[in-house]
Amino acid sequence: MIQTPHVEWSALAPELMLLGATGIALLGAVLIPRENRRDFGALFAALGFAGAFAYAVVLYVHNPDPHGAVANAIRVDRFGSLAQMIIAGSGLLAVGVSYAQRMRDEHIAEYYSLLAAAGAGMCFLVTANNLMTLFLGLEWFSISLYILCAIDRRLEGSLEAGLKYLIIGSFGSAVLLFGSALVYGATGRLAFGQIAQQISAQNLTSDALVVTGLAMIIVGLGFKASAAPFHQWTPDVYEGAPTPVTAFMSAATKVAAFALMLRVLITAFPAEAHLWTVALAAVAVTSLAIGNLAALVQRSVKRLLAYSSISHAGFILIGVCVGTPLGTRAVLYYLIPYAAMSIGSFAVVAARERELAAPVTLDNLAGLGWERPLLGIAMATFMFGFAGLPPTGGFVGKFYVFSAAYEHGWTWLVIVGVVATMVSLYYYLAVIRAMYMRPASELELRPAAVAGGAPPRETALQASVVLALAVTIGSFFAVQPLIEVAKHAAASLPF
Amino acid sequence: MGWLTTALILVPIGGALLVWVLPWDAFTAGAIALLVALGEVGLWIECLIRYDFGKGGLQLDQQTSWFSDLNVSYHVGLYGFSLWLVGLTVVVMAATIAYAFWAGRSGARAYFGLMLLLTGAIVGVFTAQDLLLFYVFWEAMLIPLYVLIGVWGGPGRLGATIKFVIYTMAGSLLMLAAIVVLGLSQGTFDLTAAWQSSSDWLFLGFAAAFAVKAPLFPFHGWLPDAYRESPPEVASVLSGVVSKAAIYGFIRIAITKFPEPTKDFRTVILVLAAIGLVYGSLLAFRAPDFRGVVAYSSLAQIGLITFGVFAVNDLGLDGAVLQMVNHGLISASLFLLAGAIERRATTGEFARLGGFARGRPVLATVLMTTGVIALAVPGSTAFAGEFAILAGVFKVGWGYSVVGAVAIVLAAMYMLRLISAVLHERAGPSVVPEALDLRPAELGAIVPLVACLLALSVWPAAITERSFTNDRPGHAISSQLR
Repeated sequence: MIQTPHVEWSALAPELMLLGATGIALLGAVLIPRENRRDFGALFAALGFAGAFAYAVVLYVHNPDPHGAVANAIRVDRFGSLAQMIIAGSGLLAVGVSYAQRMRDEHIAEYYSLLAAAGAGMCFLVTANNLMTLFLGLEWFSISLYILCAIDRRLEGSLEAGLKYLIIGSFGSAVLLFGSALVYGATGRLAFGQIAQQISAQNLTSDALVVTGLAMIIVGLGFKASAAPFHQWTPDVYEGAPTPVTAFMSAATKVAAFALMLRVLITAFPAEAHLWTVALAAVAVTSLAIGNLAALVQRSVKRLLAYSSISHAGFILIGVCVGTPLGTRAVLYYLIPYAAMSIGSFAVVAARERELAAPVTLDNLAGLGWERPLLGIAMATFMFGFAGLPPTGGFVGKFYVFSAAYEHGWTWLVIVGVVATMVSLYYYLAVIRAMYMRPASELELRPAAVAGGAPPRETALQASVVLALAVTIGSFFAVQPLIEVAKHAAASLPF
Repeated sequence: MGWLTTALILVPIGGALLVWVLPWDAFTAGAIALLVALGEVGLWIECLIRYDFGKGGLQLDQQTSWFSDLNVSYHVGLYGFSLWLVGLTVVVMAATIAYAFWAGRSGARAYFGLMLLLTGAIVGVFTAQDLLLFYVFWEAMLIPLYVLIGVWGGPGRLGATIKFVIYTMAGSLLMLAAIVVLGLSQGTFDLTAAWQSSSDWLFLGFAAAFAVKAPLFPFHGWLPDAYRESPPEVASVLSGVVSKAAIYGFIRIAITKFPEPTKDFRTVILVLAAIGLVYGSLLAFRAPDFRGVVAYSSLAQIGLITFGVFAVNDLGLDGAVLQMVNHGLISASLFLLAGAIERRATTGEFARLGGFARGRPVLATVLMTTGVIALAVPGSTAFAGEFAILAGVFKVGWGYSVVGAVAIVLAAMYMLRLISAVLHERAGPSVVPEALDLRPAELGAIVPLVACLLALSVWPAAITERSFTNDRPGHAISSQLR
């Protein structure tokens, strides 16, 4: 009899829910009549994400003490559960945004199934406890996203985006794998906790293999998190992919990548903290600089938001690079309104895109604020939130991240963050200016003909936008409960 | 009784949500906004009655924890001088909302909601007793102003708003960095806790934000465009109330919490204020339009008020608080009058105006009264404020008082030029005989402001003797306003 490890199925519940949704949606692709596939796929994807969220909450509540599961390949702790909650919430919002998207109907069920599969991969990734499961989770969601980016085959941009993401993403994964191999070669261990033990036991802190492997792991994760200088794929892929996919990617991929980055660095490489804190600080500054400066000249709103997401990767990295409990708390808190604002802003772009049947630029946003007040106010709130103005959670997130940087003694990083915020204001206000302060008569494009002339009622998208708005503003008022949750989550990591 | 202070902040914000969410027509939206603004004035009068001026210090305060792991709380309360500044805010906002209600604005629900939100934010700035809460309300002032000017402003509004926002945020973000460092190093963000700091850099971070907002020379680049392109009532609020928030910040945070850096930088700031005073007055004298005169005179008056604040003695601070209220009422009235003139003549340029007094006695009287008070004619409340400030700053250096006295002469020059160019001489090309006198509704908005000025002219001690505990501002500041 082969000895198989005991599988703690309840620890895998969020992933299993989403895998179930994937399977059912795929079955729907062949069994359900064409006109019902959209509803069927959307329903089960939504149920999968909602179920994953619920299970993640249950896991959070029932696991105050972190422990390994499935032969220590995954780690069941509050840190992973919180990240899973944010990912599942993002997925749910993304399903709402996707619902009215006009894509080729013959692949619509596959679309929802891939969305659920990507969510499952991300949920698995944030609980990874050794280098193999790390790579497995990473590839799992990445491949799902590559296909999702290319799924709208009518659009040349979509195919291009998928191919670019595939090539560059695979390169990043290859670098990460090579780095993992080097670390394994040096320490002889795959599990994060054991790597740290081996490094301290055999005095490998400055070992060339370990340091090079660590650097390559950071590079690989940086690709996924779209941190500069590993960000080259982000603007093109975000612009070319179908907007609901971009919405999901911009929020959930970052959550997964940063959660994993924190876990790997703090659990496996605490001895090299003097190296990776500085390296990540440099990456943070580069991301802030490149993201903000490039966004200033963008006319396409999706590219503008893509560069803005690169700059936010910089802000989040400020919290990651200090490697302290306060920094981890700050990152976990920041990700909550950030995910909401990200999905919400891309949702508004998706709505405008459908209305105009053309890519959304700052020029053809004119008049949106007055014609569609809910979307206008929501977009304005998300832009203020990205810029870090109250009363949004983005302000509190930035405040926390700056506090973490100061507490670590890096006041210069606070100054860099503050200057970056100043620069970013220009392009966030440009979006608001376009929506509210330019008359619709400047709009050169005629809106796509819709019965009745009014924009289509997109209930699912509007519901997602309202939910994102509620999270953005709610996280400003309910700071204490969210920080408590983040504090318990951060306490699961071995500081 | 702390709920009164919270009510002062939340009532206008709740009114704003009410106006925004429900589908009112333009008239009802404006009426609701006006009722909320007047209710706010009533709430303030209640606070005035309940504040015990004999005891002084922080009263009507309320504190609840916001996030405890960094020791940030929602802490609001009123001091004597902040009570008067809140009064200035609610009265000016009520007048401006009344004016906008009468004048009519497109997108009325959005407009009045934003005005009410602005009211709540400004009152929040004056009552916040926690550093981060102060910052939140400080930034919250910016959002309605940006949208109000950007949507309802004049033709150059897009450039004006970008300049305004970028300048202001540059200062504010430096203040955020200073707040983060200060709060974490002190272990608490509460302003009423007994701590002080001697860090020059942190003082400069706060001073940057306040100097841009006030504005203090040479950070006034945003001023002329923003004041010219705003709708008249928003210019009233900007010049009358928002600039006072910056001076309040100087008093409440910069001077009280940083006594040694204040001494170190006092000369620099007083010199900058002096330059602003003279430069603003000269530019006002040369300005070709009504709004330009009032805008630059605002720069000059803020320089004068800064004299009083950075004298950091009894006379200077009392004079500064009185002059803050005075200038707020004066510039609010002047901008509303500018709006009235612009409605009738479609322009504010002096070359096209003149002769407004003929056939329009009420307008002439109101403009003349406000203008004469503005130039600080002896007997007016502005004279009391200026005299106290100049007497206070004399103790720091007689040169500043000389500059101030010269500026009073310049003020007379530009104000009389304004009055004359608008009211007297021959009717200009844009002035038609059919242009009406001030309507009752306009009077209803402007006369209360002027009436407050006249009341203060009779009794300036209402403010000067009731701003600080035992009327000893110097002692109050050094004991951190206890």
